Amino acid sequence: MVRTRVRYVDADILIIGGGMAGTGAAWEARYWCRNCRIILAEKANIDRSGAVAMGLSAINTYMGLKCKENTVEDYVKYVRGDLMGVVREDLVYDYARHVDSTVHLFDEWGLPIWPEPKTGCYVREGKWQIMIHGESYKPIVAEAARKALGDENIFNRVMVTHLLKSPSNPNRVVGAIGFNVNDGTIYVFRAKATILAAGGGSQIYRPRSQGEGLGRTWYPPWSSASSYGMMIEAGAVMTMMEARFVVPRFKDGYGPVGAYQLLLKTRISNVYGQDFWKPHLDEIRKLYGGKGNYVDLPITPTTLRVYAQRLEWMAGRGPSLMRTDETVKKGTESEAIAYEDFLDMTISQVVIWAGQNHEPSERPYEVITTEPYIMGSHATECGAWASGPEDLSPKKIEGLPDDRRYQYYWGYNRMTTLDGLFCAGDACGANPHKFSSGSFTEGRLAAKSAVLYLMDHSDERVEVDKAQVDSLVAKIIEPLERWERGRYDVVTGPSYMHPVDPNKMYWKQGLFRLQKIMDEYAGGWSTMYVTNEWMLNRGLELLQFLKEDFVKYAAAQDWHELLRIWELWHRILTAEAVVRHMLFRKETRWPGYYVRADYPALDDDNWHVFVNSRYDAKTGQWELWKVPVIHIVEFP
Amino acid sequence: MPTYVIPAKCTGCGDCVNICPSHIMQFTKSGIFGRKAVNIEPESCWECYNCVKHCPQGAVQLRGYIDFTPLGGAVEVYRDEKTNRVYWTIRYRNGTVKYFIFPIRTTPWGSIKPPQEAPEPSKEMLRTPYLSFEHEKLGGNKLGVELPRIKVPEVVKVEVRG
Repeated sequence: MVRTRVRYVDADILIIGGGMAGTGAAWEARYWCRNCRIILAEKANIDRSGAVAMGLSAINTYMGLKCKENTVEDYVKYVRGDLMGVVREDLVYDYARHVDSTVHLFDEWGLPIWPEPKTGCYVREGKWQIMIHGESYKPIVAEAARKALGDENIFNRVMVTHLLKSPSNPNRVVGAIGFNVNDGTIYVFRAKATILAAGGGSQIYRPRSQGEGLGRTWYPPWSSASSYGMMIEAGAVMTMMEARFVVPRFKDGYGPVGAYQLLLKTRISNVYGQDFWKPHLDEIRKLYGGKGNYVDLPITPTTLRVYAQRLEWMAGRGPSLMRTDETVKKGTESEAIAYEDFLDMTISQVVIWAGQNHEPSERPYEVITTEPYIMGSHATECGAWASGPEDLSPKKIEGLPDDRRYQYYWGYNRMTTLDGLFCAGDACGANPHKFSSGSFTEGRLAAKSAVLYLMDHSDERVEVDKAQVDSLVAKIIEPLERWERGRYDVVTGPSYMHPVDPNKMYWKQGLFRLQKIMDEYAGGWSTMYVTNEWMLNRGLELLQFLKEDFVKYAAAQDWHELLRIWELWHRILTAEAVVRHMLFRKETRWPGYYVRADYPALDDDNWHVFVNSRYDAKTGQWELWKVPVIHIVEFP
Repeated sequence: MPTYVIPAKCTGCGDCVNICPSHIMQFTKSGIFGRKAVNIEPESCWECYNCVKHCPQGAVQLRGYIDFTPLGGAVEVYRDEKTNRVYWTIRYRNGTVKYFIFPIRTTPWGSIKPPQEAPEPSKEMLRTPYLSFEHEKLGGNKLGVELPRIKVPEVVKVEVRG
């Protein structure tokens, strides 16, 4: 018997995840509600957690409104074009108009943003990006959140596994349950409003490195798709899960390319030094031109650039090379910029160069596309379907059911289709390109909205069903129990893959199965990101076995492995959503991310729409449907 | 393994255990060295260097992932919250050494003014689109401009297809 301690914690607002979005939510929630109890659960340490744990070399979303550098309308056009026409323009416009105040707060707090002395603004990396010395980005932002909430309200090392539902209203979220990964204490957080900001998903597709370098994915290995997994299981409506993301990065280390391309103006070529774009322009225009004129936009969409590089590669003229030899000069500022870009956020790339004696000023370096990631904050838009803000979202879309699963607005900005559950950062779908600053901003938006929700529901009592809690506690520790019960059943030699046991599945065993299925059937790197209906259906069938195996055989030897096994569960649920969405969308909209070989072209007539889905955990049934894209900024 | 601990230097203070985002820097079960830190799961290591930066003894070091990094090179770091600088030393396999120093923060640690120090906003402001510090009534306007708006029709008609 595994002995458990259960602690109940009551709060007005619960924030799940202390990354960029969660810290933003903490800041804003405290600003608007001085006497609320606001708590934050984080599975690591808020000082260095989330995708910015290592640091960052740029802030990718900054309008520069006060210096008249850009307009929010232009930004919406850019983001919409980058995602090939399908984004929630109300949500994008909303975070974009607020993002500058977030960045100015960071500046005031002490984040070193490169100043532009001539204009009094910031040094531009690209049209929307600014440069920072971002080694301490996360601890600075965490300091603000810690001061806002008080350290006694921040629960570090608590992995949240499930959302809690009200016994009287199955559509109402009343908190969440999780456990301390060091000592196993189970936490039942009862909250009037819950903000989910638990990040995106890596390690769902097979990473290119499968040995010791398994953890060197581009998005961190601790991004366990928990945002999606928890919302899917709770029955929230998800959107655009098919728009999963592939990104070109320096080979093996996955070092960032932004500063090289945008600031240093470094060219990417094929191995013969030739341009990768022009040879494929006609074909790309024919298949992916669409109504939005996507191919000829001022900034070519990420997915099309990725696609052209892949075509070069498949034609035998790859891989792509970053021509650092043309732009980086030894002993000059350009060399410091080149190295800082890595040292701030992907130190491994420098470790590799040191081992390979690679001098960027002398030779170009390979750029390769990563395995796919499931995210909502980069050039991709997976996540929950959320209400927009009152002044930017159409109040009613006629011709569709009134139901919030089709509509854009139901009272509270960033509230999901579940009452009392708000999303921010990677968790919120259909509004891409938030990056670090936009995610923090979305956390602020969600928190302000959650405070309004509290005010409007001040007389409502939060009820949590004892039976529901007991069954969840039993479920959470079941993998440990299973191991306890059968620990002397088998004897196998030491292995980094865990013991061979016909009645148990340890986290790494299940993870490798998941990655193999997703890679080989759902457009991973081993099939050059190509899939079709038959493959997706087969993948789905194999995922069902994995799901069943998890329920029957998941095992964990200690609290740390229990953390890993629940991360795996969130990844499995997310993977299923991804495959179902890819099956539903019968076109190829983002060829750089994946190609549906049976529908290889973009089809604006039928698929200029969002794909939404809802999972019923009781029956295991999925429902998918289309929702039209409403343009609030002139299209194309 | 990506990070490793030199037992002779490790005092078992747990700073690396406390900071590791991946929950893989943990304590050894006490053995002949006493309590030490250890990377229990190198394949879940992102090489984020936080354990290296936070170790007061310089006992945590890093060797690149062996499946693609030739041995013999090293990246060393010293992060100083007093001078607010991070000092990098890059040692190439062939003996080349590069040094870089970058600022990490422009203000003293602990100097952020929390949001509750600003005057409490009125309830009416909750129903406006402004966030904190975006309006004179909300602790000043950090946007630097009036909040952008756009006219959106209340009701939109669409044709349903498929």
